[in-house]
Amino acid sequence: MQGLIDFLSQGGYAFYVWSAFGMTFALLIAEALVLRRSRRTILQRVGRLARLRMQNVPPGEHR
Amino acid sequence: MKINWFKYAAPTAFYPLAGRLVPVLAVAAAALVLFALYWGFFETPERLGGTNPQKEYYRIIFIHVPAAWMSMWLYLVLAAWSAVGLVFNTRLSFMMTNAVAPTGAIFTFLALWTGAFWGRPSWGTYWDWDPRLTSELILFFLYIGFMALHSAIDDSRRADRAAALLAIVGLVMLPIIYWSINCPDPNNCAALHQRSSLTDIESNILTAMLVMTLGFWLYSFAAAFARLRNIILLREQDSAWVRTMVDAAGAGGPANAGGGDALDANRRGVSA
Repeated sequence: MQGLIDFLSQGGYAFYVWSAFGMTFALLIAEALVLRRSRRTILQRVGRLARLRMQNVPPGEHR
Repeated sequence: MKINWFKYAAPTAFYPLAGRLVPVLAVAAAALVLFALYWGFFETPERLGGTNPQKEYYRIIFIHVPAAWMSMWLYLVLAAWSAVGLVFNTRLSFMMTNAVAPTGAIFTFLALWTGAFWGRPSWGTYWDWDPRLTSELILFFLYIGFMALHSAIDDSRRADRAAALLAIVGLVMLPIIYWSINCPDPNNCAALHQRSSLTDIESNILTAMLVMTLGFWLYSFAAAFARLRNIILLREQDSAWVRTMVDAAGAGGPANAGGGDALDANRRGVSA
């Protein structure tokens, strides 16, 4: 337990160390999630447009 | 043996290749980063040389230096693909520039951010108009400018060329950033930022830093390839191969048989 507290306090520099590391990994993970979500969105849209074409609806009206 | 080097220059060929690479690169990047974090936090010496214990904020080095290296490396990649795109007019090169830029901007921001949280305890300030810090900030604005210029022009081919030119002009910042602390005559460097020297670093600290750099590098590949796939899909959504791929994936649509207009059927015939 004491070891964990020592680790978290980083010799009194916890604020600086965890602000730096926290922002870094928050941004990298956020980027990965955003990429995955936008991929789904694009695929959904392309699929929707393909279905509209099948039904002979001009795709321009739904873009 | 004859290798067709231009095979993967076509988005059609690169799309599935990138799709296979992304998960492999992402897993490898995560493993390296986790190893570097473990090594940086638990396997580094408590004291160096004298009897004074290390001040813990130095651990920011494990992300600050790799992020700063990636910010410059990715800009070089951005400018190189811009040049290839302008010279050979290849679509994929321009798509590559758009795939790399946001990740480069993130690493540039992280270099500045982690530097600020290192500067506060060591220099007593989050920010100073030191040559290194200022030139890195300009690099950040260049990334933002590249993306803003590209998205401001509607015609994507014009946007590609204009943004590529900006990226190449911006290359001038890389030597400025490098020599802002490593100038030939130290007396000419009024820099707050310390000079960089890989040989003076304790080996465990160096290990964690270099492994983290490799992890960030693989991460950049994974992120850029994932974004490249999105860009390819967006730009080629009207092409035959994207249509057939989406149809093959099902997407809940009606079966191909019978459906589709004449143009659609025609395009499929061409792709087959």
